[in-house]
Amino acid sequence: MSKITIPLGPQHPALKEPENFMLVLEGEQISGATVNLGYNHRGMEKAAEERTYIQNLYLIERVCGICSHSHTTCYITNVEEIAKAETPKRALAIRALFGELERVHSHLLWLGVAAYEMGFETLFMYTWRDREQVLDCLEMLSGNRVHYSINTIGGVRRDISAEQKAEVLKRIAYLEERTKYYVKIGTEESTILARTQNVGKLPYDVAIQRGAVGPTARASGVARDVRKDEPYLIYNELDFKVITHDTCDVFGRLVVRVLELVESYKMIKQILNGLPEGPIAVKVPMRLPAGEAVNHYEAPRGEDIHYLKANGTDKPDRVKVRAPTMANLQSVAYMMEGGWLADAPLVIAAIDPCMSCTDRAAVWDPKKGKTTVYGWEELRKMGIEHYKRRGVDFSRL
Amino acid sequence: MKHPARIFKEAIMHLFKKPATCGYPFEKAKVMPNFRGRIDFDSSKCIGCQMCVRVCPAKAIEIKLSAEQPPAPAPVEGQPAAPVKKKFDCIMKLDRCVYCWQCAETCPKKALIMTQDFELAHVDRKELRRHYK
Repeated sequence: MSKITIPLGPQHPALKEPENFMLVLEGEQISGATVNLGYNHRGMEKAAEERTYIQNLYLIERVCGICSHSHTTCYITNVEEIAKAETPKRALAIRALFGELERVHSHLLWLGVAAYEMGFETLFMYTWRDREQVLDCLEMLSGNRVHYSINTIGGVRRDISAEQKAEVLKRIAYLEERTKYYVKIGTEESTILARTQNVGKLPYDVAIQRGAVGPTARASGVARDVRKDEPYLIYNELDFKVITHDTCDVFGRLVVRVLELVESYKMIKQILNGLPEGPIAVKVPMRLPAGEAVNHYEAPRGEDIHYLKANGTDKPDRVKVRAPTMANLQSVAYMMEGGWLADAPLVIAAIDPCMSCTDRAAVWDPKKGKTTVYGWEELRKMGIEHYKRRGVDFSRL
Repeated sequence: MKHPARIFKEAIMHLFKKPATCGYPFEKAKVMPNFRGRIDFDSSKCIGCQMCVRVCPAKAIEIKLSAEQPPAPAPVEGQPAAPVKKKFDCIMKLDRCVYCWQCAETCPKKALIMTQDFELAHVDRKELRRHYK
């Protein structure tokens, strides 16, 4: 059968975000896929170099709408590490609480999106209605639904009162009830089973080889979770399980995310019931000493890595963000191969992609006034030359 | 185990429930007490230290000297002349503001007032540049 290449995207291939997938089709079956990024580059890392550390908090928060707390917490951990600030225990607990509430709202959102891609819009409506409960919790505690801005350098900006605590617990109890129902629906409803089982296969060894992170990796049986592997905030004091599944398909990713919701409820209750007393923030000077820091954080979509270099002024020298979608995109190309064209949107949506977070690199020559795309060989040459100037020779590797 | 149409009962039950949404433009929207809205300005408290301008991530604030300054207090015999308190104006660009309230929390004199005003949409862009005197 003759092969035909069709573009999927950049207009809304799965979620409402721009990315392009070139699919090689044999009939209706996909025999090869390449991912093209770069439609949504916003120059955030460069912009971060021109703002002070406190201004950057609000910029970094806007790297991603859904995991806004993940990015700021990761960034602020770097800042506090360089400044050698002693963040109070209560602030760390509140950050962890927001992290878990964010995971709940992100996973409920994903469940709705996945149901929508399956053509199961009833479930989409119910999950998004229930998601309002957790968004209300976030708004009540921080002031906003999506960009909570709860972090500040040296702590958090708002405390949690006894009434707020009771209200959050009430809403979480309702969500727990609903999630039990979704577990039942997800594992028994024949529409979901028919659309998700044996779709977008990613075996254990391929998941490791391609560096999958977060629920995508855990659904392939890779028990990798930063919260357990290298506990940050107060996760070493919390009791929770790393959820894995061994079906390695979209169904596994659905089950992992729904069961992670249950774990998150458990953690939210533990944090709220054992909230340590004390101040919520310490003062940190505006200028940071020179230094470097790298930290990782388990965002709802997977491992998020931030790098920060300070040069002794009140502005950073370099901020680098590696969003989880970037790590998972390599797996998407594999997952789509051998599958059907009709399953492609669902397979893409199954990693919970966030393209706006991911787009980072573009080469623009201000003298010529045009953008260029570098090939692998050229990038390699540039990299070797760059390190040669610093006294490291990589040319023989 | 497969159960076709498992959600059917739930869907039928929802036909007899009240809508989960609120009819916002026709009824008043519920705003949480912590909600971050428009920033207001109290000129009598401002000392013109420009702290808010420096922390604003969106460059939405300008603090400058008012066109009309209050008259200097009458000098008292035998005492050095009391310093004149200058009066400052605030220009708040609502189309740039990201409503993070960092300025209001940084202000040492609490001259920036946090309100819960959120109905700020306008058809004329000039109206979004508020000049507080």
